[in-house]
Amino acid sequence: MNDNLIIAGKSYSSRLLVGTGKYKDFAETRAALDASGTEIVTVAIRRTNLGQNADEPNLLDAVPPSKFTYLPNTAGCYSADDAVRTLRLARELLDGHSLVKLEVLGDPQSLYPNVVETIAAAKTLVAEGFQVMVYTSDDPIIAKQLEDIGCVAIMPLASLIGSGMGILNPWNLQLIMERVQVPVIVDAGVGTASDAAIAMELGCAGVLMNTAIAGAQNPVQMASAMKKATEAGREAYLAGRMPKKLYSASPSSPTAGVISSVRG
Amino acid sequence: MITVSINGAARQFPQPISIATLIEELSLTGKRIAMERNGEIVPRSTFTEQQLADGDQLEVVVAVGGG
Repeated sequence: MNDNLIIAGKSYSSRLLVGTGKYKDFAETRAALDASGTEIVTVAIRRTNLGQNADEPNLLDAVPPSKFTYLPNTAGCYSADDAVRTLRLARELLDGHSLVKLEVLGDPQSLYPNVVETIAAAKTLVAEGFQVMVYTSDDPIIAKQLEDIGCVAIMPLASLIGSGMGILNPWNLQLIMERVQVPVIVDAGVGTASDAAIAMELGCAGVLMNTAIAGAQNPVQMASAMKKATEAGREAYLAGRMPKKLYSASPSSPTAGVISSVRG
Repeated sequence: MITVSINGAARQFPQPISIATLIEELSLTGKRIAMERNGEIVPRSTFTEQQLADGDQLEVVVAVGGG
């Protein structure tokens, strides 16, 4: 069955997107990415160290852009202007690569997104030809506005970045999915495999996570668990779950032919 | 003497140099980097022709691990 994730016209067989931050070293990063089966990885753009460690290992060697689709992100930016500058640099760095993750934060404690700055940045980036996957709050009206601006994927939080609190408001995710045509990808808040499965069972097109894998005791094993959970949740969504009811007068075993001492 | 800011730190050079020369001085030759000069992207293809000027603000970035 072909059930690929399509983003901006490109097809991906994995619905799990993985961040490359917070791992012990690049070897662990790569092992976790391979175990997760991911095809799209987020990377950050930062000032280079000047004049020291000229031969320090490079992310691009450990995670070659020929094997993974890079999703440069603007994590750490608190204004539309900084986010736009960061992604222009990313495009130059990655030879014209236009698929990006826009994330504009509102406050350094909660890392909650600033949707006003996010919308301003999205407008500029779309006008400049970027394909923008946008991290945002779980507000369905904002999500729709971001789609109307031309973003290629809407990526609402399930709970706060790095919190591992899981899917706190499935109803809002549902409202977003009812209003938006482009892929809706849960970004942030997933803590363990069941969270990823729940997101996919709700009908999300994919899940993006970093800390849930990198912050696990065994990141590579958790990456494998996330791969299975994402696939299992997607299959359950496609299969269509049975309706929930308080009780059922329809047991799984036949009611006829039960041996009984009660004479009828 | 010119003074330029590179990633927020001031650096002085005895005379104006090209961006390509700057990259050599910083031991960044052959590294995958991108550069912004006074808020504008500097395409790699123009590194040899662009001359630094006094007061330039440069940002030199790389890709690193991140969410």
